[in-house]
Amino acid sequence: MTASAPRAATDAVLSLRGICKQFGAVAALTDIDLDVAAGEVVAVVGDNGAGKSTLVKVLSGVYTPDAGTILFRGEEVRLDSPAAAHDMGIATVYQDLALCENLDVKANLFLGQELRPWMLDDVAMEKDSWRLLRELSAKIPTLDVPVAALSGGQRQTVAIARSLLGNPEVILLDEPTAALGVAQTAEVLDLIERLRENGLGVVMISHNMEDVRAVADRVAVLRLGRNNGVFDAADVSSEDVVAAITGAADNVVARRAARRAAPRTEKEVP
Amino acid sequence: MTSLDTPVAPATDPQDERLAAPQGIGGNIRAAARRVRDGDLGMLPVVAGIVVIWTIFQALNQTFLSSTNLVNLSFDMVPLGVIALGIVCVLLAGQIDLSVGSVSGVSAATTAVVMVRYEQPMVLAILVAVASGCLIGWIYGQAFNRFGVPSFVVTLGGLLAFLGAQLWLLRGQNAINIPYDSALVKFAQVWFVPGWLSYLLAVAAAGGFLAVGWARSLRRRRAGLFSSSVQWLLAQSLLLLAVLLFAVYYLNRTRGVSWMFVLFVALVLGVHYTLGHTRFGRSIYAVGGNAEAARRAGIDVPRVYTSAFVMCSGLAALGGILFASRLAAANQSTGTADVNLNAIAAAVIGGTSLFGGRGSAFAALLGVLVIQSISSGLTLLNLDSSYRFMITGAVLLVAVALDSAARRSRRAHGRG
Ligand SMILES: Nc1ncnc2c1ncn2[C@@H]1O[C@H](COP(=O)(O)OP(=O)(O)OP(=O)(O)O)[C@@H](O)[C@H]1O
Ligand SMILES: [Mg+2]
Repeated sequence: MTASAPRAATDAVLSLRGICKQFGAVAALTDIDLDVAAGEVVAVVGDNGAGKSTLVKVLSGVYTPDAGTILFRGEEVRLDSPAAAHDMGIATVYQDLALCENLDVKANLFLGQELRPWMLDDVAMEKDSWRLLRELSAKIPTLDVPVAALSGGQRQTVAIARSLLGNPEVILLDEPTAALGVAQTAEVLDLIERLRENGLGVVMISHNMEDVRAVADRVAVLRLGRNNGVFDAADVSSEDVVAAITGAADNVVARRAARRAAPRTEKEVP
Repeated sequence: MTSLDTPVAPATDPQDERLAAPQGIGGNIRAAARRVRDGDLGMLPVVAGIVVIWTIFQALNQTFLSSTNLVNLSFDMVPLGVIALGIVCVLLAGQIDLSVGSVSGVSAATTAVVMVRYEQPMVLAILVAVASGCLIGWIYGQAFNRFGVPSFVVTLGGLLAFLGAQLWLLRGQNAINIPYDSALVKFAQVWFVPGWLSYLLAVAAAGGFLAVGWARSLRRRRAGLFSSSVQWLLAQSLLLLAVLLFAVYYLNRTRGVSWMFVLFVALVLGVHYTLGHTRFGRSIYAVGGNAEAARRAGIDVPRVYTSAFVMCSGLAALGGILFASRLAAANQSTGTADVNLNAIAAAVIGGTSLFGGRGSAFAALLGVLVIQSISSGLTLLNLDSSYRFMITGAVLLVAVALDSAARRSRRAHGRG
């Protein structure tokens, strides 16, 4: 464990201290610290392979960390199975969505938490499904088709809707808007803001700087499986975040931006 | 009736104008035809297969569709059908059990040994046999979950081991005969539902179908959800009633409807309910479809596997007892030869996917009807088992090919 936590958030619902996860020779996560407070949106950003999804899976009980502690509401907890994390009130939208393609939309939404276990209440579940999907302005024509019949964005909407069932306290979203259209993306960003207002802790992973700056309160940067700075979303520039992600001020994004800016200034001069 | 017919203000789901909601009986038939074309075959191939097989055998031998022969068929299909029902459960969970034949054999031997050699009550013998079957399934589950041995290897081991156990139990005796006056044998030979009761059961079945559909329709309307038309439901119920009444009438022309067949139908309905209307059943489908997704949804995947193996071996044990009661003996060849493959073939022919997560309990009923019809037809033609093996093998191949082709078509037409 690290000697001193970077920011001892007393109101944190979820805190990670010194989390390590090794896959064979690859150290996917090394000494990760992260705090999520109730009513706070924390964006986790980083390059491909930086360890973001691994971090989410540690938090959702899919992977058990090799070292480090997880505190939920200030108490140390063991998240050794997805069921344990779920019972604790941690809901997750995975990058690979984790849906059962052979089951229809409503069966997927209620998977593992069906109403009336010994005499499934299909009508109530279908009603709830429609309510949830409406909330997200989902464009899904019918709930009777297997998920295999849905488009990528529709599936993502189903995965997001599923995480909202059962009143979670913390929601982990691994690239929730990657496959979504403009309207649905705006809808999901609205949803994230609503979740924050309702006092939930939200961890959002995204590669889209605009989305991150639109809804996040804090931005945590991962680089090569290590913490590389936590910024206040309100007063950090995109350039600074990109520099932290890539590890240098002189990076490919900055160079490209400079190149594109150059011709325009030339045109303006004469 | 009027309360169902009057359309309730906007049904919740058909809001998307791209969605064509089926209207009336014609619309429902067209919708069903489209599903079939897209590879969502359901029960259709097997029903078509039964019609073809029955037509051919009837043309070759006039006694095939006689009441007497069909009564025999309704007896003979039960033991294999019960085993196939268990196979459906493991296949749905995405696993396989290759040892059901041996398990049924060892269970038949156990029943006979407890009943005849140790002179214990029949009920005790049945309980011991079924409990041993469940224990075998539990062991398979542990081997699979703890040691990660693939299910086809575990059960292939079981195939040999329990064949050995069966021979050991019989200790060199070729067969142990079960007394003809025992309830066990009477159940499989001479116990029939009284005529009036069999008609009553047929009417009750169709009435139950209608009542359940009706209640469901009403609830959906009240909740503002789309529900298919009343005419369609009525048409289905009437068709079911007609088919059942005719079947009962036809069987009653000779001996009638056997209690053994009623037991089989009850088991099928029970498994159907469990798979389709409980959280446990849903979890079997989920695990068969995507085990990792099921795990992340909080489902205890190892427990689901163990339950599926236990259900399969337990039903195989029950099937073995029924083999013994049908034969009035447990012998060294009970459950051997083609029982294993026939049970798996029946499940697959009935429409259960070998790839997991797709199928239903009715697959066992219809599939075993196909298998047993072929067997009965060939026996009537005086063709020996060499032909039966070859033809059943070919039918299995066709069924699996159809399953794979339908799977590809479903992919292409977005039906999973
Ligand atoms: N199950 C696994 N087995 C082995 N290595 C893994 C596994 N999962 C992830 N890794 C490795 O861990 C590292 C981090 O992967 P992770 O999926 O967390 O990246 P990410 O930040 O989510 O990337 P992306 O932006 O592409 O989604 C990668 O080097 C990856 O190869
Ligand atoms: Mg990722």
